Amino acid sequence: MAGAATREAFGEAIVELADQFPHMVVMDADLSKSTMTQAFAKKFPARHLELGIAEQNMVGVGAGLALCGKIPVMTSFACFLAGRLETIRVAVGYNRTNVKLVGTHAGLGIGEDGASQMGLEDVSALRALPGMIILQPADAAETRQAVRWMLEHEGPVYLRLTRQKLDDCHGADYQFCMGRADEVFGPPGGVARPPDGRSRLQATIFASGGTVPEAIRAGRELESRGFKVRVMNAGTLHPFDGEAVVRAAKTSQRIVTVEDHNVVGGLGSAVSECAAKDALGVPVVALGARAFGESGLPAELYEKFGISSGHIVDACLRNLDLPEN
Amino acid sequence: MSRERTAVAPAAGKSPARQDLKTLAREMRRDILTMIYEAGSGHPGGSLSIIDILTVLYWRVMRHDPERPDWPDRDRLVLSKGHACPALYAVLSRAGYFSREELWTLRKLGSPVQGHPDRLRLPGIEASTGSLGQGLSIAIGMALAGRMDRKSCRVFAILGDGELQEGQCWEAFMAAPKFGLDRLIAIVDSNGGQIDGHVRDVMNVEPLPEKFRSFGWDVVEIDGHDFAAVERAFDAALKSATGRPHMIVARTVKGKGVSFMENDPAWHGKAPKKDELEKALKELA
Repeated sequence: MAGAATREAFGEAIVELADQFPHMVVMDADLSKSTMTQAFAKKFPARHLELGIAEQNMVGVGAGLALCGKIPVMTSFACFLAGRLETIRVAVGYNRTNVKLVGTHAGLGIGEDGASQMGLEDVSALRALPGMIILQPADAAETRQAVRWMLEHEGPVYLRLTRQKLDDCHGADYQFCMGRADEVFGPPGGVARPPDGRSRLQATIFASGGTVPEAIRAGRELESRGFKVRVMNAGTLHPFDGEAVVRAAKTSQRIVTVEDHNVVGGLGSAVSECAAKDALGVPVVALGARAFGESGLPAELYEKFGISSGHIVDACLRNLDLPEN
Repeated sequence: MSRERTAVAPAAGKSPARQDLKTLAREMRRDILTMIYEAGSGHPGGSLSIIDILTVLYWRVMRHDPERPDWPDRDRLVLSKGHACPALYAVLSRAGYFSREELWTLRKLGSPVQGHPDRLRLPGIEASTGSLGQGLSIAIGMALAGRMDRKSCRVFAILGDGELQEGQCWEAFMAAPKFGLDRLIAIVDSNGGQIDGHVRDVMNVEPLPEKFRSFGWDVVEIDGHDFAAVERAFDAALKSATGRPHMIVARTVKGKGVSFMENDPAWHGKAPKKDELEKALKELA
């Protein structure tokens, strides 16, 4: 079912939650039309701050607001926000301020605007900051709950959102749980545990945000061809759900990760780190951008940069002895 | 909800006379040099240039309470030029935020008195700083929060002149007038020096008063070592309600009070040796 862009769900959520979180202050750097904060700004003008095209200052002002008890929610494109890493490192990370960074227009999924507007390094950069929690919801329901969790949590959070619309992938009973990856596609009846060699899944696919619908499509395709796979939605990128990786390693012949982000330092790295830490010995095939982006339709870009459902199917089946790319 | 307190003078129990402030500042200059000597590294030049301003702030201007460092209605000070923290440490310790013995642990492993200020380790530090160019933005956020909550607290930010080469400062200079933050008082410690030499040679930032006026600030230019002038500048800024933020361009002397350190950029970030410390302490006796 066609859903909403996660940035749209975010824009609605902050309006809905405004009364419950009276200390929330929303901040923009001249992109409020795109980051979907205009409804909030219109309804709560005294709690909205427009800082202009000056993201470093916005980050610092947010830190100051937080030091005096406010809950600043600041938005810009993922690349412009995370690009102010040094200010985020000290004013938010080291000061441990209760700042909520919301980066929209994540990754190749923004399409035609091209490389300079595509945040493809934001997760790697912010994942290295101690105490920073990184959330990337995959549909509207998850976004609404993630926003609420983010406002309840005392400490820095980075929320990564998409420009493009994403299909709903969660049922009506969905419950967001920070730090947990949840299954959004799997074999009927679940996975036999402990598995014997023959009943093991062909693959567990970890996806996040914009790549979740691709991974589900890949799962369906593989199922129709007789392969059993499971798709995990990694809604929290940091800290990562190590138990989900252990489970995947024990039940699957391989793990495939797919992210609309550079393959260095993001989802693929997080999963690989967990697998290596527990010496799980499971192959991890990481799909993600390996170059700067370019202009094009989102679907064309997902195809060209190797993160479409077709590439995921291939990554689940191909001989791992073959050289990668 | 909280009763307001005026400036706290822990030693005397009330605001000391101006002459006593000078004595206090001289004693704290000795503390600054001793702690940097004990640490074996640190920034004496820019600490000595701001100590007089800090003395006036903490004993004559700011509403604060060392017994309650988290008092919600306190005035805030953000030391944007975080490397000058030996001066702030000397002040906070004398004011009663922590024991004077802590000063001699400056820069030692596990010490709350870090090489640059850390708000999570030391009471009285409002923001962890040291990465230059960030403090004024944080102070703006504090002033905005105070106004949203209809509090009467004032926010002070001390910036270096070399620091103004950071672009983020100018983003902040644009922002404060936009929000009409007249409870925000920024002080530029214009001591003319930075690590690589004189500010005018490394990357000139002058003429500062003209630049700040054109950005929409109320600006005064003073001698940052003239206690009366410093106090007058703060009084005037706090009394005026122009809807504009206040900028005090304090012309200071880097290394002030120690003849061989004054105006020598070499003393930006260097600890005195034993004989140099003794010579300096003798001058400050």
